Amino acid sequence: MREDNPNQVPRIGVFVCECGANIGNVVNIPEVVENAKKLPGVSFVERDVSLCSSAGVKHVKDAISKNGVDRVVFAACSIKNYGSLLEAACEAAGVNKYLISFANIREQCAWAHYGSPKGATRKAINLVGMAVARVQKSEPLKDLELEVEPSTLIIGGGISGMTAALCLANQGFRVFLVEKEPELGGMLNKLYKLYLTNQSVSEVLSPIIEGVTSHRNIKLFTSASLKEVEGHFGDFEITVSANGGIEKFRVGTIILATGAKVFEPSGMYGYGDKEGIVTQLELEQILKQEKLKRPGKVAMIQCVGARGEEGVPYCSRICCMVAVKNATLIKRLYPDCEVYIIYRDLQTYGKENEEYHAKARELGIRFIEYTPENRPEIIPNGNGKLRVRVYHALLGETLNVDSDLVVLSTPLIQHKGGEEISKMLKVPLGSDGFFREAYMEMQSVALGVNGIYVCGAAQGPKSIDESITQAYAAAAQAASPMLLKRVKIPAITAEVDEERCIGCQLCMDVCPFHAVIFEEGKSMIIEAVCRGCGNCAAGCPSRAISMKGFKDEQILAEVQAAFKGE
Amino acid sequence: MNESEGDKEFEPKILAFTCNWSSYSSADQAGVSRIGYPPNVQIIRVMCSGRVDPLFVVDAFLNGADGVLIAACHPNYCRYDSGNRYAKTRTKFLKMLMEEVGIEPARLRIEWISALEGRKFVEVIQEMVKELKELGPLLAENDGRKSV
Repeated sequence: MREDNPNQVPRIGVFVCECGANIGNVVNIPEVVENAKKLPGVSFVERDVSLCSSAGVKHVKDAISKNGVDRVVFAACSIKNYGSLLEAACEAAGVNKYLISFANIREQCAWAHYGSPKGATRKAINLVGMAVARVQKSEPLKDLELEVEPSTLIIGGGISGMTAALCLANQGFRVFLVEKEPELGGMLNKLYKLYLTNQSVSEVLSPIIEGVTSHRNIKLFTSASLKEVEGHFGDFEITVSANGGIEKFRVGTIILATGAKVFEPSGMYGYGDKEGIVTQLELEQILKQEKLKRPGKVAMIQCVGARGEEGVPYCSRICCMVAVKNATLIKRLYPDCEVYIIYRDLQTYGKENEEYHAKARELGIRFIEYTPENRPEIIPNGNGKLRVRVYHALLGETLNVDSDLVVLSTPLIQHKGGEEISKMLKVPLGSDGFFREAYMEMQSVALGVNGIYVCGAAQGPKSIDESITQAYAAAAQAASPMLLKRVKIPAITAEVDEERCIGCQLCMDVCPFHAVIFEEGKSMIIEAVCRGCGNCAAGCPSRAISMKGFKDEQILAEVQAAFKGE
Repeated sequence: MNESEGDKEFEPKILAFTCNWSSYSSADQAGVSRIGYPPNVQIIRVMCSGRVDPLFVVDAFLNGADGVLIAACHPNYCRYDSGNRYAKTRTKFLKMLMEEVGIEPARLRIEWISALEGRKFVEVIQEMVKELKELGPLLAENDGRKSV
């Protein structure tokens, strides 16, 4: 099938875009056009002042229909700009979008080499030659269409998981919510009051838990664990162990809301050895149980186990606000108590947080800045207090704070459960340990595997409101394929030539998505799971794997044409 | 680069394999920002640096390239988890092979270039052009003007 049909001579149409004066000012367009005409397989070459305009798109459609070409090359701007527009124009004129190739003669030529028009023109001629050579080796492909079960699995019944569950259940989707603890609520169950409202957690949590447990579209499993996930986007087969038994069901999408845990600062600042040194999370519990005795002085130390050599390298984002909030709560409870926040860089980002921080200062909470070279230390002291010695970077003096309570602000980190889920679902974790989004700037809730989304602290440290926002985003992302009941997966997937496959299974080793299965001594690609990176094709020692859309033949044709015009 | 000098000075030819998600866009960004650089480089787009078969690199050298660049995502930022890592390993082996057959390993480079690092892309190309000028053409009969 991959052999070229020798009887079928490709007929290639080439469009050269001038982009107003953007390309033509540097690149000699007539020279590019004349050279393209000489290339094998080219039926016609047409120039256009602006291919992305409605007139340009019409020109493309008309010229394709008139000349009856079956392959098209666009010498224009980057494929990233109007690639999909021009592909759609070709498809409308009857040319398969995988029989199109682009020569980037604007961003990567005219705009990059404005100082050397001759060199830019030579490069443009080569780029067109490469695109023509490539498209000759292309074959028509059809995007894969998968049916999507209108149901979702949500892993984790914390604030993020519950928010996503309610959002999808309210839209009429079937939701399976799996929580490992006996109770819903996650990390919030351990907290006292929330910033910015100082509302107690139960006030916030109770109505949400009530909504989730009573919703007829939500099937809830508590004290449950995920046993197995098989299948792919649209049709995952899930096995859950709950209530002493095994439950199996199918879902179309999965949302990870597995949360995070708090870093334990064992051995840091005497934590674990001395009385009266606790983490912020432990302080929340002390406050919640009303066990905080009137302290004379409280010192909070920020960035313990974060942003440094010990612990984790990242900023945990929420600890500054947590400290400011807990300091405020202590100060409100015991106005005579002196509360110190010893910080490295205080990050009360955003409009409301900064206002909250300003109020804390008005209340008399003292802020002391330290530098990483001069970290605070807790030194022995005869009076039974915890003496926190800190070099005040702004005053240029060393201060002693004799405290009754020292609170360490420690970062959120990934927990073992999250790591297990990562292995089971084959979704990668980042170097920070959290689930890594598919594309940092652009796709913050999609993961590396189609049909699986992430929200809340599972993706990185987040406040409650940020977790809720991301939960809505994940729900929206999961909803659209479930609403349409089908999803298109690009045809750029790997394919194994059974005759050539020697059964070495190297492809299985290098595939990060476990898209390769091994049956009867041969590798096979599950198209729905394959993401099209091509790592298996590059690693196959018997050249049995072909990457559709990026076949060896296509890339080698480009390589061989790269310097032909010189 | 001096246009009027024409073909007198050896102009090295570089083939760059760029990742669809990062370095291809970095080259776009360099253009958008009008950071000029010499037109010695031809760019091939692949979905991931992990797609770059060592054969492509060998073929590039056989077809007139004086230098080859594999521009990949930074470690831990591969959209496909580990393609850049494999590209790095394959590059290491290719360099050993090049050493064996008498091609300077410096003619092959792998660089981490994110979508926003147009300037880094340019700097790498400028460096390569400079280094390859010192190394001279890969194929003597090629003389930097005609491909084999």
